[in-house]
Amino acid sequence: MIKDDQQKSLLEVTALTKSFGSARALKGVDFDVRAGEVHCVLGQNGAGKSTLIKVLAGAHQPDSGEIQWNGDVVTISDPIAAIELGIATMYQELDVVDGLTIAENIFLGHEKARGGFTNRRETAQATRDLMKRLGHADLSPNREVGTLSAANKQIVAMARALSHDVKLMIMDEPSAVLDSEEVNNLFRVVEELKSQGIAIVYISHRLEEITRIGDRISVIKDGASTASGLPVEGTSTKKLISLMTGTDLDHVFPPPVPLAPNAPVVLEVSDLSAHGTFSDVNFDLRAGEIIGLAGLVGSGRSEILEAIYGERKPSSGTVKIGGEALKLGSVSAAVDADMGLSPEERKSQGLMLEEPIYRNATLSTFTRFAKGPFLDEQAERAATEEQMKALELRPAEPNRITRTLSGGNQQKIMLARWLIHGTKVLLLDEPTRGVDVGARMEIYALIRKLAAAGTAIVVVSSEIEEVLGLADRVLVIADGRVIAEKPATEITEHGVLDLVMKGSAA
Amino acid sequence: MSEPTTTPTPNDEIEAVAEADVDQSASQPSNSKRFFASGFGRSIGLILALVVLVIVGAVTAGENFMNTDNLLVILRYASVIGVVSIGMTFVITAGGIDLSVGSVLGLASVVASLGAIQTAASGFWPLMVFVAIAVGVIAGLLNGLIIAYGKVVAFMATLAMLVAARGLAELISQRQTQVVDNTGFLNFFRSDFLGISWVVWIFALVAVLGWLLLNRTTFGRRTVAIGGNSTAARLAGVKVRRHTVYLYMLCGATAGVAATMLLSRTTAGTSTHGQLYELDAIAAVVVGGTLLIGGRGTIGGTVLGVLLFATLTNVFTQNNLSTSVQLVAKGIIIVVAVLLQQRFANRESSNT
Repeated sequence: MIKDDQQKSLLEVTALTKSFGSARALKGVDFDVRAGEVHCVLGQNGAGKSTLIKVLAGAHQPDSGEIQWNGDVVTISDPIAAIELGIATMYQELDVVDGLTIAENIFLGHEKARGGFTNRRETAQATRDLMKRLGHADLSPNREVGTLSAANKQIVAMARALSHDVKLMIMDEPSAVLDSEEVNNLFRVVEELKSQGIAIVYISHRLEEITRIGDRISVIKDGASTASGLPVEGTSTKKLISLMTGTDLDHVFPPPVPLAPNAPVVLEVSDLSAHGTFSDVNFDLRAGEIIGLAGLVGSGRSEILEAIYGERKPSSGTVKIGGEALKLGSVSAAVDADMGLSPEERKSQGLMLEEPIYRNATLSTFTRFAKGPFLDEQAERAATEEQMKALELRPAEPNRITRTLSGGNQQKIMLARWLIHGTKVLLLDEPTRGVDVGARMEIYALIRKLAAAGTAIVVVSSEIEEVLGLADRVLVIADGRVIAEKPATEITEHGVLDLVMKGSAA
Repeated sequence: MSEPTTTPTPNDEIEAVAEADVDQSASQPSNSKRFFASGFGRSIGLILALVVLVIVGAVTAGENFMNTDNLLVILRYASVIGVVSIGMTFVITAGGIDLSVGSVLGLASVVASLGAIQTAASGFWPLMVFVAIAVGVIAGLLNGLIIAYGKVVAFMATLAMLVAARGLAELISQRQTQVVDNTGFLNFFRSDFLGISWVVWIFALVAVLGWLLLNRTTFGRRTVAIGGNSTAARLAGVKVRRHTVYLYMLCGATAGVAATMLLSRTTAGTSTHGQLYELDAIAAVVVGGTLLIGGRGTIGGTVLGVLLFATLTNVFTQNNLSTSVQLVAKGIIIVVAVLLQQRFANRESSNT
């Protein structure tokens, strides 16, 4: 335990424990938050971050331990008690109502009303003030929340928190749904709140963000604090990773494997265009090669991937696999031609969460195992178990329900699906979203291993660093056009951003 | 009854094992709790409810209730709605709904009992059965195309079919009752096999085939996958739209089969046949344990749900209680069953 006490704390948590049945989610968490600081809480998925938030938000009661608020021991019996103290929580799944306006959302439950009639003018004015405080005076109080981007919905959720008298705001992975431009804006808002004396507990597993906005850091591993109140300055990323994972890691990305000079071209994309989203995309991909599409959200990178896979119909162009032209706009044609996709939103687009693992792993191949119309579940389970072992997905229990797995293991099931399929071209959209640091490196290594075995891979990621680290070759995309194509070794994250800025301006 | 309804299926065992694993990783509830959360455990609840109902029937109606003839009456009564419910199980498992089955049943009964069809079938009575099934399949095809390719929500598409099919049946029959006089047809359905009416055998056969189709074939796997996550299924290469059309055709076909069964029981085809059957079928399916949001379906549960409601009706009739009281009791059973289902669902998701 490393501790650092100098200043009076707004919130102090000592030796907090919480169990669910025999599972001990929190085994002793200590940390303190001071007014006007950004306190980052780091931990891998399953480390207990969510439970900690829920205890502070009054949604769970701790089994033991103490919570002090302004020096007084308090019991946060329910969410209302938390709000009354001045603790607001912004969950990852934003709880805004799409059908209501911004103003209605912000004052939901504590409407400015007289005798049952809402005072619209007063509400609108209060909303405008709040939005201004958050640097978003441009958003009209009467705008329907359903029409807003994820980033702006987040602003509304923050404004709602601020409409109460908030002293401490807990943000649970607020950047998970944002692209890099939106993240910059989020950080501006966080700085603004900080300057108003509000304390912020910022939960994340993105280390680079923490070093940008955090003042102090606490780390949780397996439900217990491994560091509490470390100053951000002077704490190395390497040290944080070792506090989070308990291991020392030197390099994150596996070394690239030189491409065989005679590796055949397996994917040819020529003059692919879709009205209004992207145009004239051309590239070849060879067996064993990893190509990365780098660009901002809205640049068209995901749409290009979808068009190649048949999920979106392009207006012109051709896609060839192994020299054969693919029927465009048909996913099943792409799958039959040995192409596979691991979609951006794993849970909503990739997996049947209530089904056993093996049924997800064989979702594209169960007809192949079947004898005529009859399933061969034994063979499916055996094939799944084999892949689970190869991917080091433990425990190798093909019957386990998919929902119970971590993000990293769920991603491995997506890989297993296409490994069983024997796919030649693998499209990976955000392969490590929601995957914690330790598992990330495993996934990177697996992707590299797949390529070494001859699979051609296309990677799309909002983390430019990830694209550069994984890919052999990078296509930089801005405004639906490929503005540069370079070997990954010859370009830096800054270089990509520069190109993107220039490309957008041109 | 058919074998799969009374014994735990291998599939249920897998579920039980898998859910036991979940429990171990999160918390360790008692064995009984784990058992009741499993697929088989849920069926046990239905079997217990059925047993309680039989005891109530035996106590209140005595000899009148507890005899072989009455048992066969219950089964015959359950068979028509039972066949419809099997088709409905598939549609609901895939995350859909078919509100049109009752109307389609009525329409099929009218078309199959048209004078011209009956005359044409005079030498070969199964023609009437084929016609009824064909009507159901065509209605299902339309439903499926509108839902899968027209992207109309299933509730509205099949609601439209509910209204339209009833109207069409009235137009065709000119609101007249069409008496069935095809002797081959009537003789077959009035005859028994091993002392049990053919109507009951048909239900048993449809249930067994339905169980095999859902649990043992690629068709069933697609159905569950679409209900579990249709986007994931599509992105894995499953032809979701085509399969959706097949599902509504299957459901329409069961309505057609049920129409012939009802024709034989009432010896008449009329446009009023099958009114509100869609609600009885949906109730039986959901009470049986199939999730209304899709992704999990149980044929065994559906059969138990159908038997539960059929027995309930019989017990009330034997005791000369009004159908009004019966409706209230039915409503209560539906709510209790769904409440139980939701509690299981919450318990499972809180484990993660």
